[in-house]
Amino acid sequence: MTKDDIKETILDILSDIAPDDDLSTLKDEIAFREQLQLDSMDFLDIVMELRKRYRVQIPEEDYPHLRSMQSTVDYLEPRMRDLQKV
Amino acid sequence: MYDAIIIGAGLSGLAAGIRLAHYEKRVCVLERHTTIGGLNSFYRLRGRNYDVGLHAVTNYTPKGTKRGPLARVLRQLRFSWDEFGLKQQNGSSIIFPSARLEFTNDLEVLRAEIARVFPSERDNFERMLAAIPDYEALPLDRADDSARAWVREFLREPLLVEMLFCPLMYYGSAREDDMDLAQFFIMFRSLFCEGFARPAEGVRPLMKLLTRRYKELGGELRLRAGVQRIVHDGGNAVGVELDDGTILEAKHVISSAGYVETMRLCGEANATTEQEAGRLGFVEACSVLDRRPTDIGIDRTIVFFSTEDQFHWRRPDELVDLRSGVLCMPTNFDFESPVDDGMVRTTALADFDAWRALPEPEYRAAKEAWYAKLAATSAQILGDFRPHVVDVDMFTPTTIVRYTGHAGGAIYGAPKKRYDGATFLQNLYLCGTDQGYVGIVGALVSGIAAANHRVLQAS
Ligand SMILES: Cc1cc2nc3c(=O)[nH]c(=O)nc-3n(C[C@H](O)[C@H](O)[C@H](O)COP(=O)(O)OP(=O)(O)OC[C@H]3O[C@@H](n4cnc5c(N)ncnc54)[C@H](O)[C@@H]3O)c2cc1C
Repeated sequence: MTKDDIKETILDILSDIAPDDDLSTLKDEIAFREQLQLDSMDFLDIVMELRKRYRVQIPEEDYPHLRSMQSTVDYLEPRMRDLQKV
Repeated sequence: MYDAIIIGAGLSGLAAGIRLAHYEKRVCVLERHTTIGGLNSFYRLRGRNYDVGLHAVTNYTPKGTKRGPLARVLRQLRFSWDEFGLKQQNGSSIIFPSARLEFTNDLEVLRAEIARVFPSERDNFERMLAAIPDYEALPLDRADDSARAWVREFLREPLLVEMLFCPLMYYGSAREDDMDLAQFFIMFRSLFCEGFARPAEGVRPLMKLLTRRYKELGGELRLRAGVQRIVHDGGNAVGVELDDGTILEAKHVISSAGYVETMRLCGEANATTEQEAGRLGFVEACSVLDRRPTDIGIDRTIVFFSTEDQFHWRRPDELVDLRSGVLCMPTNFDFESPVDDGMVRTTALADFDAWRALPEPEYRAAKEAWYAKLAATSAQILGDFRPHVVDVDMFTPTTIVRYTGHAGGAIYGAPKKRYDGATFLQNLYLCGTDQGYVGIVGALVSGIAAANHRVLQAS
């Protein structure tokens, strides 16, 4: 998967979690929490959706990497590079 | 072997089931009754649709709201706001002999009413509002403190205090005479800061939406599958035994049956646990009308009333306490075209033991006699709708026990809430009413929390 694929995957997960949110204006560098008001339950969902869809395991101490789109994609790229997008 | 077994196909059990099935857990919801819904079920009688529990969905927040329990439920269960089909209330009232307050889903209305009726309390009320914490910041270390004592730090007028407590207690206090502080904060937000709404067709579409989703995700639902016993060994639940003797094994068990009820299932009921059972039962009378309440000048959505300025919230000494109650007009919401019959629902406090003691013929007679009294009291408050009544149904605390198994017919469960859902068994957790969240949205939140914290985060 390329970085763009990973970003698309995250957007897809976010639109599942918050179907009423407009994600088209989402800024890559700004924290999800500030733009979408995600709470800790929502972050848990991003982690679990990644596990469900791609079997990627994210240990709890790495959750801070999921702060913004930019940091999430940077963090996931080495872990998802060899995966096929579904 | 299941990843999780959930006892009860009410709102909390189904919400927990959806979360677990979504994340590919092998999950089974077991329900003793022949149908889903529990305290929020529905039935058909003489050609008419009735809801068991629904007056209004509390915690209403408008589409696009990102915070609060309703938004959380929608996100966690992956529903869009529109799927719940919620329409707002028209306006509700709190009616006491010496004063009357109106409120809507706009907190400004209540603010203005308090300033109008209790001018000296205006600033005190503001100070109190500012001190009510967010849901995320509930003071769980002071959860059982007296809400009355807390409110008295702000408000001086006893009548205002009684009038505010009346709706909050009716919609969610399991404790007599008072409320737990945490419960008070939850209810205050869900009634006065958020608000009331209802799907046009009542609770039916909501329950069906949840069940359909649960099954689509591969969740297993068994009706007529009462749990007789929770099998445990060395501090761990290993599974359950059904009424027919079948044994099912599971890694986790989540119970929405209630705390005392769950202890009974574990064979751990004793004088101490039994003492924890809730004492507050209710009767509810549904008067079906030949027209809409608005046609005869009844335009309120919900009316909370007390016929004395001192509001009494305890188990009555007789079958029913007529001194206070809730009147709900289910068609008085912002529907394009209401699909339900015009109806007045009257709820009042009742004594489970007194109802249970009645043999069958007397039970029927008592229901009829008390229906007449409840309707008369309601008519005094709303205006006389009785000439338009075409059908009636009424439930008592014994009806609740029969269909939901809740001890003492106590809809709000045990006074002592267990906010973390923990029990004496490591992998058995409570969800629903006795975990501390009541009401429709509350029960959903509770099921979600149990699934997340106890099963998904644990694996
Ligand atoms: C008359 C009335 C009016 C109400 N009005 C409103 C309202 O207007 N707004 C609002 O928000 N809320 C209202 N509520 C409250 C709301 O209905 C409840 O808070 C909510 O439904 C509780 O859901 P639950 O999942 O916790 O419990 P339940 O719905 O009781 O679920 C428990 C389930 O477990 C099953 N069960 C129990 N023991 C066993 C066993 N051993 N084996 C198998 N199954 C078992 C029961 O049959 C039941 O289906 C009302 C309730 C009532 C009764």
